[in-house]
Amino acid sequence: MPADFISNLYVFILAGFVGFGLIKRVSPLLHTPLMSLTNALDAIVVVAAIIITGRHETPLSVTLGAIAVAASFSNMVGGFFITDRMIRMFKSGSAKKS
Amino acid sequence: MNVAAIQQYLDFAYIAAVVLFILALKWLSSPESARRGVLAGEIAAALAVVATLYNPELVAYKWIVIALIIGAGIGIPLGMVKITAVPQRTALSHAFGALSAAMIGIAEYYVGLSHITRFEMGEIGMEVIIGSLTFTGSLIAAGKLQELLPQRPIVYKGQNIVSFSILAAAVVLAVALVIHPQNTVLFPIMVVVALLFGVMLVTPIGGADMPTVISLLNSYAGFSASLLGFVLNSKVLIVAGALDGSSGFILSVIMCKAMNRSFTNVLFGAFGTIQTSTTKTEARPVRSASAEEAAEILDAARKVVIVPGYGMAVAQAQHKLRELHDILTKRGIEVSFAIHPVAGRMPGHMNVLLAEADVPYDRLIEMDEINPEFPRTDVVLVVGANDVVNPAARHDKNSPIAGMPILNASEAQTVMVIKRSMSPGFAGIDNELYYLEKTLMLFGDAKSFLTGINKELNTAGGGN
Repeated sequence: MPADFISNLYVFILAGFVGFGLIKRVSPLLHTPLMSLTNALDAIVVVAAIIITGRHETPLSVTLGAIAVAASFSNMVGGFFITDRMIRMFKSGSAKKS
Repeated sequence: MNVAAIQQYLDFAYIAAVVLFILALKWLSSPESARRGVLAGEIAAALAVVATLYNPELVAYKWIVIALIIGAGIGIPLGMVKITAVPQRTALSHAFGALSAAMIGIAEYYVGLSHITRFEMGEIGMEVIIGSLTFTGSLIAAGKLQELLPQRPIVYKGQNIVSFSILAAAVVLAVALVIHPQNTVLFPIMVVVALLFGVMLVTPIGGADMPTVISLLNSYAGFSASLLGFVLNSKVLIVAGALDGSSGFILSVIMCKAMNRSFTNVLFGAFGTIQTSTTKTEARPVRSASAEEAAEILDAARKVVIVPGYGMAVAQAQHKLRELHDILTKRGIEVSFAIHPVAGRMPGHMNVLLAEADVPYDRLIEMDEINPEFPRTDVVLVVGANDVVNPAARHDKNSPIAGMPILNASEAQTVMVIKRSMSPGFAGIDNELYYLEKTLMLFGDAKSFLTGINKELNTAGGGN
C-alpha cells in the first residue's frame, strides 16, 4: 500500500467529519443553494483536468482531459452563478420593510 | 524559479482554497452570511484554477483554453436558467461533475498503462465505475425532471435482479482488471457496463422520489471526485469531494427520514417500486367551495398556514401565493408557509421558489416548528401538496406512507385544498384529509383559483 494512500485517507476522513459538522448546521431554507454551491466547489476537479490536458501526452488523454475541463468548468461557472442568484432572493421580512 | 519551488507555491494556493471551501460552507449556514460564503467559494475556485495554470507540468495550453471557453459557454446559460428549472439543472450538473471525474480516471488509466500497479488499478476502477454510473444516472434524472422522459416509475418484473447483475458485472470486471491491470479489452467494457447500470438505477424511480435521488447522486458525484483525488494524489480534490459527498449524504438521510424510508432501501435503488394500492375509491362525498367563499373564510381568520407542494411549482402559483400573503398580512392576519422537507423535486425546492416570489424567508417554517401551531390555526390552505398532509401516515399501518412524518394540517379549524380533481397523489393513495367535515375542496388550477381569491379579497374586503 503506497504511503501516500494513508495520508490521503487521513485527509479524506477528517474532511468528511468537517463536512458533516458544517452541513448539519446549514438551514433547510438553503438546501437548494447548498447543493448548487457544493457542486461548484466539487468542480475543482477542473484543476486535475487542466493538468491532464496540458501535459499533452496522447491524443486520447488530451481529448478526455478537454472534455473534463469543459464539463467541470461549466459546473464551476454555472454553479457559483446560480447559487448567488438564489441566495440574493432570500430576504427577511424586516429587511424588506426597511 | 525552479520546478520544486513552483510546486510548493501551488500547494499553498490549494491549501488556501481548501480553507476557503470550508469557510464557504460555514457561511452558508444562514441567509445573512450566505453571500459571503459564495464569494469565498468563488475566490477559492479562481485561486486554484489560476495556480494550476502555472503548473510546470503543462506544456500545451491550446486545448485547455478552448475547453475553458466551451465550459464557460455552457456554464453561463446553465447559471441563468429560470428558478423553476433548478432541479433539472442540478441533476445535469451532477452529470457533468461525474463525467469529468470519469474522463480523468479513464485518461489516467491509459496514460499510466505501462506502469500501473494493482493498487492504483483498484482506485481507478472504483472511481471510474462510480463516476460513470453517476453520469448516466444523473442524465436520466435530469431527463425526467425536464419531462423529456416520463416522470412515473418505469418498472418491470425482475428489475432488481437485472440491475444488480449489471452492477455485479462491473465489479467483477474491476476485480479482473486489478488482477490484470494491463488488460485493455476489459477496461472499456467495464466503463460501458457502469454507464448502463446508471441508467438502470434511476429509470425505475418516480418523480416524487426525486429529492432523495438527486441528493444521492450529489453524494456519488462528490465521492467520485474524492476517489479521483486518491488516484491523482491530490488533497484538494479529496477535500472538495468529501465536502460535496458528505453534503449529498446528509441531504439523502434527511430526505429518507422525511419519507420514512430506510437508508439501505435508497442506497440500493429499490425505492422506485411503488405499488399502486388497490383503488377502492368509492365516490365519497366532499365539500367544495368557490373562490368567493374561500376569500371570506380567509378574511375571517386570524392565523393562516399555507402548505405548498410540487403542484404549486407546476402551476407556477408562487407569485399568486405571495400576493395572498401580502393581502392577508396587511389586514393583520398572521400568514406562514409550512415546508415539508420532501415537498417538491429537490431539497429546499419550495423555499427557493417562494423566495424568488419575494416571500420573506422568516415566513417559511419547517415541519417540526410548524406542527405544534396547527391546533391554533384557523385556516390551512393546501396548494398542490398531497401525501405530506395525509393523516393516514400517522394512524393507518397499512398505508404505503405509514410512518412518514407529515404536516398536521388536519388539526386546524378549517382546511382548504386547491386541487385540479380528486385524483390521488404520487403514492397512488387516497387522502382522507379531503373527506373531513372541516375540509373544503377548491377545485381548479392553483394559479387561476388563487387569482380569483385575491380578486375577491381586494374588492370585497377593502373596507376593514
